[in-house]
Amino acid sequence: MALTAAEVARLGELARVRLTESETELLAPQLDVILAAVARVTEVATPDVPPTSHAIPLTNVFRDDVVRPSLPREDVLAGAPAVEDGRFRVPRILGEEA
Amino acid sequence: MSELLTASAAELSDRLAAKELSARELTTACLEQIERVDGQVKAFLHVDGDRALAAASSVDEQRAAGAPLGRLAGVPLAMKDIFTMTGAPTTCGSRILEGWIPPYNSTITEKVLAAGIVVLGKTNMDEFAMGSSTENSGYQTTHNPWDLTKIPGGSGGGSAAALAAFEAPLALGTDTGGSIRQPASVTGTVGVKPTYGATSRYGVVAMASSLDTPGPCARTVLDAALLHEVIAGWDPRDSTSINAPVPDVVAAARQADVKGLRIAVVRELGGEGYQPGVEQRFNEALEVLAGLGAVITEVSCPSFDYALSAYYLIMPSEVSSNLARFDAMRYGLRVGDDGVNSTEEVMNLTRGAGFGAEAKRRIIIGTYALSSGYYDAYYGSAQKVRTLISRDFDAAFAHADVLVSPTTPTTAFTIGERVDDPLAMYKADLCTIPSNLAGNCAMSVPVGLSPDDGLPVGLQIMAPALADDRLYRVGAALENALAQRWGAPLLDTLATGPAGAHLRGGVR
Repeated sequence: MALTAAEVARLGELARVRLTESETELLAPQLDVILAAVARVTEVATPDVPPTSHAIPLTNVFRDDVVRPSLPREDVLAGAPAVEDGRFRVPRILGEEA
Repeated sequence: MSELLTASAAELSDRLAAKELSARELTTACLEQIERVDGQVKAFLHVDGDRALAAASSVDEQRAAGAPLGRLAGVPLAMKDIFTMTGAPTTCGSRILEGWIPPYNSTITEKVLAAGIVVLGKTNMDEFAMGSSTENSGYQTTHNPWDLTKIPGGSGGGSAAALAAFEAPLALGTDTGGSIRQPASVTGTVGVKPTYGATSRYGVVAMASSLDTPGPCARTVLDAALLHEVIAGWDPRDSTSINAPVPDVVAAARQADVKGLRIAVVRELGGEGYQPGVEQRFNEALEVLAGLGAVITEVSCPSFDYALSAYYLIMPSEVSSNLARFDAMRYGLRVGDDGVNSTEEVMNLTRGAGFGAEAKRRIIIGTYALSSGYYDAYYGSAQKVRTLISRDFDAAFAHADVLVSPTTPTTAFTIGERVDDPLAMYKADLCTIPSNLAGNCAMSVPVGLSPDDGLPVGLQIMAPALADDRLYRVGAALENALAQRWGAPLLDTLATGPAGAHLRGGVR
């Protein structure tokens, strides 16, 4: 299938991981080898086989809908990269054109 | 070496209970050993001696006051840096979480602390538990105590090395594709992946949620059972936790009897690609089990040949989703927040800077496998293979009580040997992955040193879901018989022999 460095860069943008040029050039051939190896799964995955998403059969698990205390705000914000007025401070969320 | 360091957790807990030994004395001995050897072994990312000593003193005071204490109260433990614990950094081996102090404890941390177990510190691991050597850690590579030029296994190489270096008698790990069992195998220690859902994932940094399984690491099978008993059980805070009683693993380890037990060798997990010395020790162990009265047969699990491929689609798909939480907004690293860059750009820059090469590789594979047009061929097919593997296990367990194989195809490889060849690195998990995909339980137990390189070999025991006690019966029976044959447990070779000179403060 031969992934190109440009395709790897695009996948990186989809995943919100900025890759350098040297990274995409290294990753492209590596991913080719890995994807070629794992594509073997199609040899035995016939239409009659149902998929398994989870090994142990479980039905939906519910709990009572009761109010429980959350973590103290200051404890949560203590690990934040930036805080302002008791809230997470985030970079601007709208693009230049907005 | 002080016999306090080589003693099992079971022996130590007896002496603590009899007040022949104080938790403070024992903790001090472990901290001194860490001080002595960890500069070379590099098992720990974080050690908090003051906190450990305070916890030990508290246990001693409670014991003096006659308070009821857990069986392992006062016994030190090394915790893989994937479990959240307040008051200490949790990095998961990643620079993106450098310095992060979690605001809450994992359920297993709570259980360990409530049992009076003394946490010495956090151990090194491959970044976000992705790897088989600790070389993917964002901080340091851990060295195998048997030979410092070799890898200690991964991702839980720090926990396994801490045990083999006699820095701690107990450790915690997590196993997504073999991260407890493979490090145990290559360090001559015991590691157990419990049944999926039998140990809580709450507060354990997620890698692949349908596979992640926390479990015990120890130097003996009984010690692993004692820790298993503490950490297992239903947790309403984990939505995939199993609400069923924990099998009596401690009784099973004490029973240590395989008479009449049906043990089947998995034909597909051997042969080409397996080191001759590994196969030799594995076959000798089978003879030992047969000598103890077990019935040894062979089974075929043809779908296991596809397990590695299925795993390297399912796991990266879940990884690409789980690691989306590292978005530079609520915790962890933030890069490029200059007042001009948008949130999206800050995410791109942060994740590009904060994740290591293997994390990026897996995020990209997962993103690709889940993208429209490829989803059915890759992720969909892998999920079908997962069904086939479960069916193979079901068929095999109809004829056998447990299945066995080598834990990993080779002994510890040399540091640096596989870093440029991801596929070669992935093959270290060839034998351990099927049990993660099917959710059943499995253990690695040491069966000697490979005659070709003198490094430890592990045997893997696999049992059906919720039959974890069978692992301990077989593991303990094998351990007892082998120790009798060798005249001492395997790790004594390291504690007293030339390979372990560096662990006794000697120069190498």
